[in-house]
Amino acid sequence: MAKNNSERPYKVFKIEKGTVIDHIPAPKGLLVLEILGKENDGIVSIGLNFDSNKVGKKDLIKFENKIIDKEETDKIALVAPEATINIIENGEVTEKRSIDVPQRIHGFLKCMNPNCIVNVENLESKFKVIDENPVKLRCDYCERVWEVKYDMIEKNRKSEI
Amino acid sequence: MSINLKGKSIISLNDMKKEELLYLMDISKKIKEGKYSNFLEGKIVASLFFEPSTRTRLSFQSAIKYGGGKSIGFATSKSSSTEKGESLADTVKTVNGYCDAIVMRHRIEGAARRASDVSTVPVVNAGDGSNQHPTQTFLDLFTIIEKKGSLNNNVVGLMGDLKYSRTIHSLLIALSHFDVKLVFISPEALKIPSRYLEYLKSKDIDYEIYNDFKDCGKSLDILYCTRIQRERFYDPMEYESVAGSYVIDKEGLEYLNKETYIMHPLPRVDEISVEVDDDPRAIYFEQAHNGVPVRQALLGLLTGTIK
Repeated sequence: MAKNNSERPYKVFKIEKGTVIDHIPAPKGLLVLEILGKENDGIVSIGLNFDSNKVGKKDLIKFENKIIDKEETDKIALVAPEATINIIENGEVTEKRSIDVPQRIHGFLKCMNPNCIVNVENLESKFKVIDENPVKLRCDYCERVWEVKYDMIEKNRKSEI
Repeated sequence: MSINLKGKSIISLNDMKKEELLYLMDISKKIKEGKYSNFLEGKIVASLFFEPSTRTRLSFQSAIKYGGGKSIGFATSKSSSTEKGESLADTVKTVNGYCDAIVMRHRIEGAARRASDVSTVPVVNAGDGSNQHPTQTFLDLFTIIEKKGSLNNNVVGLMGDLKYSRTIHSLLIALSHFDVKLVFISPEALKIPSRYLEYLKSKDIDYEIYNDFKDCGKSLDILYCTRIQRERFYDPMEYESVAGSYVIDKEGLEYLNKETYIMHPLPRVDEISVEVDDDPRAIYFEQAHNGVPVRQALLGLLTGTIK
């Protein structure tokens, strides 16, 4: 019989320097990775579906050598405001970064309404955050309200590939 | 609080403050009473109707002319440069040099907001797809005030297609600024989306939900009807079985209070029988006519010729 998950030790590659994004509610880990991008000067390790007292099932991502910036923190906040972000230097946690949901989002996400002027005329999207748990965004143009999902990330759009 | 709408674009009810709505209502009343004349003299309003419209376009035309102004524009996108592939922003950036205000209807949602981003003159949204149609809501509010004396202390029934009707959604947002109770009456398939119920809860507005106006008609001050479209139903049998419950005919009138006014944004198809038109409670044509003073007031305030 398989061991209970909570008794099973897990190993995710230890990093000397970089960023650990923990407590991402499963299954949003891959979405967070997609938002931040896989490009990195070092190992990117990802663990999915760990047991967590805080969020039930959690995902975890470690970026070796990469210290994420404010803009990237804001992006994580949109999909996983529950996540915790630790900055690691010399193998030690040097900063516990708090996550604040931004009030406005420009670019980066696309409105999903095909009849929205943003999509028809290929404009920069603009959203206002109207709810934080879960995060809901209202398009400035068509005023539709969205929860952030995979298809909204600009680089995934077929027209841009 | 001083209210100044000069130069402002009117795109969505979400941007309008309660005080601004009340001020607009007050000026509309004065215009209807004949207290302002020729205030649009020397002003040109461009009417850009990329999508056809009867009531909205003609009542704006009428409002401009009664106010002493002139209008330019087109009534379908076929007679505009859009056909040649011009972007909306370019059309607006050109036209705003020809006029003092732009009134615009477009089938694309957010088109009016985009126009207001680039325009140097106020833009009035006269309908953008299924998103917003604020001037319809203004004339609805004006009609309620005219009949009931106030927007407060009313029980307003909203009936028909509560799921898709932009008119219903805008009216709901506007009424939520006031002390009202809302009664939603629709078939299950077209019920009011839960996000609106959550919104009403956050604003502490009481509401009730019914499937048939006959069960609640006596409690209503206003019954606002919208059309139920056959194509909204997956199963045509379901449409046939429910549509009858949302038709007001002579018999249906019996289920309403003696002072329940019946409103409708028009056009109606068969949801209100012609035999109801002569009943003093049927005020939908008066409601449509109120589009003229309300739109006059709006244009006067936005161009700054009425302060």
